[in-house]
Amino acid sequence: MHKTAEIIKVGIADMNIVKVPDLIRTTGLGSCVGVVLYDQTREIAGMAHIMLPDSSLSRTEPLNKAKFANTAIKELLEALIRAGARPSGIKAKLAGGAQMFQFSGSSDMMRIGPRNVEAVLQELRELRIPVISSDVGGNSGRTIEFDPKTGLMQIRTVNKGNSEI
Amino acid sequence: MTFLKSISDVHLDILKEVGNIGAGHAATALSTLLNTKIDMRVPRVRVVSFDEVMELAGGADNVVASVFLRIEGDAPGSMFFILPLPQAEKYIGQLIKKQSFTFAEEQENELALSALQELGNILSGSYLSSLSDFTQLSLYPSVPALSIDMVGAVISFGLLELSQVSDYAIVIDTALDEEDTQMPDSVNGHFFLLPDPDSFHTIFSALGVKVDA
Repeated sequence: MHKTAEIIKVGIADMNIVKVPDLIRTTGLGSCVGVVLYDQTREIAGMAHIMLPDSSLSRTEPLNKAKFANTAIKELLEALIRAGARPSGIKAKLAGGAQMFQFSGSSDMMRIGPRNVEAVLQELRELRIPVISSDVGGNSGRTIEFDPKTGLMQIRTVNKGNSEI
Repeated sequence: MTFLKSISDVHLDILKEVGNIGAGHAATALSTLLNTKIDMRVPRVRVVSFDEVMELAGGADNVVASVFLRIEGDAPGSMFFILPLPQAEKYIGQLIKKQSFTFAEEQENELALSALQELGNILSGSYLSSLSDFTQLSLYPSVPALSIDMVGAVISFGLLELSQVSDYAIVIDTALDEEDTQMPDSVNGHFFLLPDPDSFHTIFSALGVKVDA
């Protein structure tokens, strides 16, 4: 029996895992970064919608691990391996980290997009996960959708239309 | 969500009144500016998850015109004035005396964009100054920033301060309705007021309400 393909949604500060034939999507990434880890031979992928670079910024318990770059990627990696991915076959793609507003004389928070991207890349380096492609920065929001079958990420932005990485 | 535990229905009612007063002034300002009758709906004040904040504004993927400003002073926070694109186009058309303005055709029209920015500026300014009068707190708006983009991309920026202490936000949501016989059910503007976590205490104590910490 054929299973109908579903689109699994990932909310803000959230993460999830998907297997073929399903797709995984997160909408309206601004300064947040959408990270996909995937093992194409096992046809499995995980996505996190990361808001902040580091969990040391958190003043709350319990910690929502999906919210921070330094905790989300580890958590996602472990979940993927539990679900059957091979550690050596895992690769990454990412998008987001825009600077949506330009303010003068601004605080650190105003640079949060680039800081999120740096933190994600650093974490991926430490975990030795190769980054296959990325679409980061700029000042537009993005909606991303990943297909674990093809390993391709569709990106939609408001003024530039669709692209694929 | 520790900071939310100390907030009761009474507190939410007070925030609602705060929103009411701000919205009343903003509606008057908009009426004067556009020379039409603008109604305000009783604002909703809710404790919602971040995803639900996006839903209130039409969904994370929904493209809107939004004016965002930071509130500085005694009770910092973020404020958004959000308009669906057709409504924004209509207001711009009225302001720059061009009936058929559309973003699709005139993306780079600087006059149009600055008219919209100024509209947001006047509305949020009047909202904020009535808040300031009511609470006797010093509240200053930053220069507003305009963006025409997805709700999620825009609003998540205003949730950053809150996201450090919580996965929930208190949203003071105000809807402005224009009495329009041609578009009777037209969707309208929203004001989202998102006080920073520490500001709730300041606002409540300025109004003489106790919060058990």
